[in-house]
Parts: sequence; structure tokens; C-alpha cells
Amino acid sequence: MSLSARQVPVIGEGKQGPRWRRSLSPGLAVAIPVLAFLVAVHVYSNELLLVDMAIYIALAQGINIIYGFTGYLPFGYFGFFGIGAYVAGYGIVHLGLSGPVAALFGGVGGVVVGAVMLPLFRLKGAYFALTTLAVGEALYAIVSNPSLTKITNGPYGLNLAAVYSSGWSFGMAVGLAGVSILAVVLIKNSRYGMTLKAIRDDPYSAAMAGINVARDRFYAWLIAAAIAGVGGAIYGWAISVFYPQDVFDVTVSVFAIVFALFGGIGTIWGPTLGAAVLYAVYNVVGVSNPQYFQLIYGLVIVLLVLFAPRGLAGIARYLHEHRPFMRSSR
Amino acid sequence: MGYLPGAGVLFEFAVVGGVLLGIYYALFAMGLNVVFGAQRIINLAHGDIVVLGGYAAWELYETAHLSPIVAAVVVLPFAIALGFAVHRYLTPRLTKSADPETLSLILFFGLSQVFEAAASLIFGPNEHSLPTSALPVSSLHLLGESYPGIWWVAALVSIPILGVFLWLLYRTPFGLRVRAVMSSASEAATAGIESRLVSGLFFGIGFGLAAAAGTMGIFIFGGIAPTDGVALTITAFAIIVFGSLGNPVGTVIAALIFGVVTQLAQVYAPSWSNLVPYALVILTMLLRPQGLLGRRQRVA
Repeated sequence: MSLSARQVPVIGEGKQGPRWRRSLSPGLAVAIPVLAFLVAVHVYSNELLLVDMAIYIALAQGINIIYGFTGYLPFGYFGFFGIGAYVAGYGIVHLGLSGPVAALFGGVGGVVVGAVMLPLFRLKGAYFALTTLAVGEALYAIVSNPSLTKITNGPYGLNLAAVYSSGWSFGMAVGLAGVSILAVVLIKNSRYGMTLKAIRDDPYSAAMAGINVARDRFYAWLIAAAIAGVGGAIYGWAISVFYPQDVFDVTVSVFAIVFALFGGIGTIWGPTLGAAVLYAVYNVVGVSNPQYFQLIYGLVIVLLVLFAPRGLAGIARYLHEHRPFMRSSR
Repeated sequence: MGYLPGAGVLFEFAVVGGVLLGIYYALFAMGLNVVFGAQRIINLAHGDIVVLGGYAAWELYETAHLSPIVAAVVVLPFAIALGFAVHRYLTPRLTKSADPETLSLILFFGLSQVFEAAASLIFGPNEHSLPTSALPVSSLHLLGESYPGIWWVAALVSIPILGVFLWLLYRTPFGLRVRAVMSSASEAATAGIESRLVSGLFFGIGFGLAAAAGTMGIFIFGGIAPTDGVALTITAFAIIVFGSLGNPVGTVIAALIFGVVTQLAQVYAPSWSNLVPYALVILTMLLRPQGLLGRRQRVA
């Protein structure tokens, strides 16, 4: 048990009903949320909330990719989010990029920072988690530093109101959510997903079996970094005026991790549902008095870890396995 | 900090001030290392306990006019009890789980959110601070320099608390048991030591040290706000990994070095000084993960 062997249980392995369902359900996992958003925007007037929700679905799936499939938990995930917002903002303000191009540019920023952080993968779980947190905070300290006001506008933030486009930013956010879910579907149902699982369960044996452990882990990390980078870029573009502390915010990591855990790490639907449900609840209850919400989230985390570390998906599976008429067949 | 003397003696000022602050930082970070020693858990709520200790000092001063120096002792039993309860009721389920290390990290992250929210709900989201007149000194002179009285008081409060802690750990039967449990809980249990009770008490002491540090922190950090917890936790983490996990003496040495480096940064590159703890974590983890005094232990 060294390197970083984790035994995070993965739900939904093995057979899942008849073949037609197995080939159809992954597609639905992408299509249903995307369609739901496209319908919701005509019914529900608060578009920014939907943009945020779509971004959080993407972030929760990003955490799912890196933590659910490799066992590495990045508390500093918000660092990619902030860098994405700033790189995109820089592109818009200084290079005259359009919003959608700048958003992809933000994803590139996330990937670059992710690549720089590659050496951290030598560290075990807790050390990795805390060191990424330090990296995220360091990025905030650098970006918000008054000495760099010429480049980043320091503590004064960015104003992107000139390129504001509600339709485009909404479309990009929903697209990002769809792409993130699709990434999880592809990873989960591919040879690559199996290698990640093998690495997580026992990196030594995986390496002996010819898997390039460092490389495969790194790809998952870069995918997660790209998702957060684009997410931060779209977020900054959608709210159009933001300060460093708005995008380099530990809360972004907290939310993404809680959503993913609540739904169920290592599953396709879990993070989507977790983010949709909890973010909706947050907006009904939490915006007016965030402290209560923080308290509830904290307690949710504690209770999940103690009683349902596999989240909703784990509870659902437990109920499924303990149906009364299932027992006879065991 | 905002206090600087003439340019000619900046270096000396930074070093002496850094040592004074370093003594305080040793108390500030020690609790995190103690909790790690007791249970092999990085307590992500450490900074929030420090913040709660600061709020306790504020409350005691504002309502009962109790000196923060007295508050440092008053908060101890409450924080120890809190830590003991956390250890007693939350950790057993963790050790039985599939991935204890990461799950414990997430659990304490959740606790930190709970503490932070509790501080916001009780005291409001704004920063609280106390006037320096709450402490018995204004400023003290040494070698022709004058240093803020806060630094002296914090150092002089930290020394006896740390002294009693180290005496307890290295010179008493209880400390002997603690060190036995730390080196091997199962063997200690075989030798008749109540290892759950001992590690629970030690865990509580970790919380107690954090809260005691908070009563001075409200001055040292120029006030406290509920959201300060995360940054404080990383700072304490930087100090304990730099000095080696599980090694209390290492924490003291690392804290002194950290204090001096931070003060030098404050003097020569003030806008970059808040990067020091983060840079320290990253560099320690990449270059010497076992820390200053550590023997090779596996962090990777």
C-alpha cells in the first residue's frame, strides 16, 4: 500500500441489464441533462443560475474523473477554475478574442497549469490534496498581487461586459456539461477507463501488466483541468465583472467535491444529479443566507463520509440489492 | 503589521521579529502535528479551531473583560473536550472504511465548513479584532529597536504552553503512553495501554493547542474572520511538513525559520509575503517531503 493505491469502490461495475440498455443508457446520460437545460431556459427566467448549474455539473464530473477514477483528490481544483477565468479574460481584454474562443483559451490555460503540477503526482493522497490546495492559493496570491496590476489588473478584477452574450455563454455552459458527462461515459466504458481502475486499485501490478501508470493518470488530470479551465472561463464571461476572490474561491472546490460525493463518485449519473439537486436547493435556500448553507454542506459531507461514502448511487444500489425478492436468487 | 523602523537595521529587525513570531507560530502549528501524531490525520479544520479560539478571546474580553492571556488557558479544556468528542465519535467509522486516508481528509474538510459556518452564524461574516490595549504592553525595546508588544506577549504566552506540552509528552507517564501509542497502537494496547483513550486525549490536546493559539492570533493576524480558516490551515501544514510530520521539536525549529523568512519577506517584498507558506508547502513536498528532521517516511 504505497505509491497511491486507493480502494475507492466503484459502483455500477459488471452487468447492467440487457444489451440494448447497456448501449443506450450512456447516450441518455449525456442527452437528458442537455435537453433538460435547453427546455429549462424557456421555462425558467434566471439564465445565470442555469449557466452556473451547468458549470457545476461539469466541475463535479471533473472531480469524478480525477478522484473517482484515479483516487487523487485535488482540493486546489478551484485554481484551474480561476486560471481559466483569467486567461480567457486576458484573451478578451488584450487580444480581442470572442467569448467562445476565449473560453477554449481558458481550457488551454487550465491544461498548462495542470501540466506544471505534474510533479505533485509523486505524493500520496493527503499530501497531494493539500499541496494542490497550496498551489490554488498561491495562484490566487499571484494573480491578485498589486505588483502585477499591469498584467492581471491585480486585486481590481476584470470587466468583460463588452463581450457579454447571454445566449452564447448559456450554450457554451450546457455544451461543457454535455462534453464532461460524455468524457466520463467514454472513460468508464473504454479500455482507458479500465487501465485507470487498475492503476487506482494497484499501481504496481498495473505497471507490471504494461500500463504506463504516470501517463494514463496524467491524461485524466489534464482532462479534469481542461474542464475546470473552460468552466471558469465561461463563468467569468457570464458574470462579466469579477474579482480574483470570486474565481479563486475554495468554495468552488467544496461545491464540486460535495456534489460529486453526494451523487456518487465513479458513476456516470451521480455527479450530474448531485450537482443539479444540491445546486438547485442552494439557490432556493442558500443565496440569501450562505452561512446556513455552509453549515448544511459541512454536515452533509460529514454524514456522507460516515454513513454513505458512495453517495446517492450507493444508497440506490443498496436498496436494489436488498429488495426482498432478490434474496431467494442469492 | 505596518510597522517598520529605519532602513539601516531592517535585517536585524526582521530576524529578531521573526524569531518572536516564530515562537508563536510553533504554538500555532503544533496542534496540527499533534492531531497527526494521534491519528495519522491531517486536520483540515485546524485553522477553524484557531479562528474559534480567537472568537472566544474576543467574546471573553468584550463581555467579561477577561484578558486574552487568561483566555488562552480558559479555552483549553473546552477545545480538548471538543477534540476528544470528535475523535471518539467520528474516527472509528473511518478506520473501518475502504479508503480511510482520503475519506478522513474529506470528513475534516466537512468539519471545517461546519466550524466556519458556526463562526459566521454566531459572530457574523465580518472581521473581528481587539484593541492592543487588551494586552498589558504597548511596545518593547531590544538592541535599539522597538518591537510591537503583541509579538512579545504572543511569544511569552506560547513558551509556557509549549513547555508544559513538551514536558507532558517527554517527562510524564502519560507522555510515555502517548509516544508508545504513536509508535504502534496495537503493541501499546498489548502492553496494557488504553490506546483509544490515550490517542483520544492527545487528539484533544491538538485541538486545545490550536484554540490557545487563536487567542493570540486575533492580534497577530490583525483580526480574525470566519473565512480565515483555510489559509491558516495551509500555513500550519507548511510549518509541520517543513519540520517533519510527527516530530514536535521539528515543528518548533521549522516555525522559527518560517517566522524569520516571513518577516524578511514582509520587510523586503511585502506584497509577496503571503506567498511564503504556499511556496514552503510546494517546495517541501517536491524537494524534501520528509521535512527537515524527518527520517525517510513514505509520502509518495
